[in-house]
Amino acid sequence: MHNTDKEEYWDTEITAKHNLFDFQLKDIWQYRDLLMLFVRRDFVSFYKQTILGPIWFFIQPLFTTIIYTFVFGNLAAIPTDGLPQPLFYLAGITAWNYFADCLTKTSTVFTVNAGLFGKVYFPRLIVPLSIVLSNLIRFGVQMLLFFIIMGAYWVQGASFHPNAWLLLFPVLLLLMAILGLGMGMIISAMTTKYRDLSFLITFGIQLMMYLTTVIYPLSVVKSKYPKYEWLLEYNPMTSIIEAFRYGFLGRGTFTALSLGITAATTILILLIGIIVFNKVEKTFVDTV
Amino acid sequence: MAKAIKVENLSKVYQLGEIGTGTLSRDLERYWARMMGKEDPFLKIGEVNEQSTKSKTDIVWSLKDINFDVEQGDAVGIIGSNGAGKSTLLKILSRVTSPTTGSVKIKGRIASLLEVGTGFHPELSGRENVYLNGAILGMRKAEIKRKFDEILDFAGVERYVDTPVKRYSSGMYVRLAFAVAAHLESEILIVDEVLAVGDAEFQKKCLGKMSEVSKGEGRTVLFVSHNMDAVMRLCSHAILLKNGYLTGFDNTSNIVDLYLRSDFGTTARKDWPENELPGNDVVKLLAVKANDISGNVKDAFDITEDVYITVKYTILSAGYKLNPALNFFNANGINLFDSHQSGHTVSNGQTAPGQYEWVINVPGNLFAEGTIIIGVAIVTHDPFLIHVHIPETIAFTMIDKGENNPTRGDYRGSMPGVLRPLLKWESRNL
Repeated sequence: MHNTDKEEYWDTEITAKHNLFDFQLKDIWQYRDLLMLFVRRDFVSFYKQTILGPIWFFIQPLFTTIIYTFVFGNLAAIPTDGLPQPLFYLAGITAWNYFADCLTKTSTVFTVNAGLFGKVYFPRLIVPLSIVLSNLIRFGVQMLLFFIIMGAYWVQGASFHPNAWLLLFPVLLLLMAILGLGMGMIISAMTTKYRDLSFLITFGIQLMMYLTTVIYPLSVVKSKYPKYEWLLEYNPMTSIIEAFRYGFLGRGTFTALSLGITAATTILILLIGIIVFNKVEKTFVDTV
Repeated sequence: MAKAIKVENLSKVYQLGEIGTGTLSRDLERYWARMMGKEDPFLKIGEVNEQSTKSKTDIVWSLKDINFDVEQGDAVGIIGSNGAGKSTLLKILSRVTSPTTGSVKIKGRIASLLEVGTGFHPELSGRENVYLNGAILGMRKAEIKRKFDEILDFAGVERYVDTPVKRYSSGMYVRLAFAVAAHLESEILIVDEVLAVGDAEFQKKCLGKMSEVSKGEGRTVLFVSHNMDAVMRLCSHAILLKNGYLTGFDNTSNIVDLYLRSDFGTTARKDWPENELPGNDVVKLLAVKANDISGNVKDAFDITEDVYITVKYTILSAGYKLNPALNFFNANGINLFDSHQSGHTVSNGQTAPGQYEWVINVPGNLFAEGTIIIGVAIVTHDPFLIHVHIPETIAFTMIDKGENNPTRGDYRGSMPGVLRPLLKWESRNL
């Protein structure tokens, strides 16, 4: 047999070198079944241990809405763009929850899965992707709740106006997923070495929520505190939630430009996230 | 034959000590050096991975310049004492971690089994876990579906297929997990010591399946084990690692011999520095070692071979009758037996100050295979006084190659029991 190295073909080459922009998309496609099985596992294991099962998906946003209505709507009397308060809050909470869940869960990917990652190889990106997908199920259920409440207000004749901007919904959803994924991956990559970040994340998300228009509309900030408006404008989640509210309820402050900037920022964060994640993925087993 | 795996100049550096603290500044320093185009300042010192000696740096080469090729369809064993770099090599080959330098080239799909049941979820049923575990190991769903019945049959858990695996006995769990891995359709299979689990019957089944995989189906197998018997039966070639270096790659029986002959010096000898000698003001231990008949300190002995334990100590003050004593333990911490200088020998009761050496002969065909850990003590019997006692002083491995008329004779299966003495069997016609 003639076997010189030059003419030999190798399927896999393991080296220390690493191309930053090699996203292993082919590998991920190979493992697409695993992606779906992870989603299934997350979902099944979630309700298998509970009595109420998927009903929990309803309870959390429902109670949060009630409390927000009481505290921010009635006690603090923060205006809600003229929308029924529960509807206003629920729209914000539903969208925010999806983003926040994607972010928190993704940010612990390495630490939570250290045992698994230390024993077997598969494209690590599968895990964050599965998180985004399984949260989508939860988000779907919570949207259902949102529609039910919307329907209830519709019957009572409340004033809100769903409009053509609704068509942006899939794009907004994608942006939220990408943003949560990207930020989560950056944090997860850094927590493998610097654990402090995991303490930061829980209350960081809380703080970020108050810098997003979840419990107040952007219009109020614009008229009352124009000096601090930039703080919110730089936050990509603001224009996503404003556009989300505008599409479903007809109230919200955003422009095509602000959405465009959000989209660009989000994609940039995702790219950075994937690069950092892939870099850490190669050796994190040694440091975790 | 075509090559399946080609390993070139493979090295892996590990950082010892705490990684969490002070690394940010070190990372910045490294980063800066790299930015300026200089060599990484922390990789300069090539330190041998000698675990018994304390190193000055906290950088250690777990693998250093490893080169070898594996032919397609070959079964290769990887042996070496603890810390030789076996697991690191497997981790790199299975892409769990990446090398510091060098490369590995692989032809075909590779499946690694570093642990049985990776990714099993306790809440999910056996069926769901088979799919999940299979997918984690790289199988497509359709592939698992096709093999599903075969997997269940191999594991023998048909009845419990829809029960959550948290209700499984540990044996069932392991069987199911191994069954999934054994039915992978990869060209290369990497296996780490998983045979250490499960009952003897199942271990035999696993070994059988693995030799079927390599010999029958022509797939490439890499197998790490401390069980020389399994390595000898399964692998045509073997690699010997020592302190991160590849010290031999040849056919299995030559490599096992090399392993047995060599002084690995890691655990079979214990010397104390002058100012840290254990003991009291009566007596202090100097050194303990395990050697063969020619005085070579060895990390591994053949099961039929005599082992000589040498104990050196120094008596500082006169007046005590001193008896050295040994405790023998196996890897599970079972105290196999104790032995002390019992007065049958001539030099009983040395008392004068000075250095003394005892050599204790443990006959061949007494220990079972596996790790033997020895504790050393020096005591006075009347009144009872313990002058010094080191519970885990040295350790070595007994290996049963099935040669030189061992207790097992021509039996090739697993032999239970904590000792394996050669008894006298006599028969007569009735």
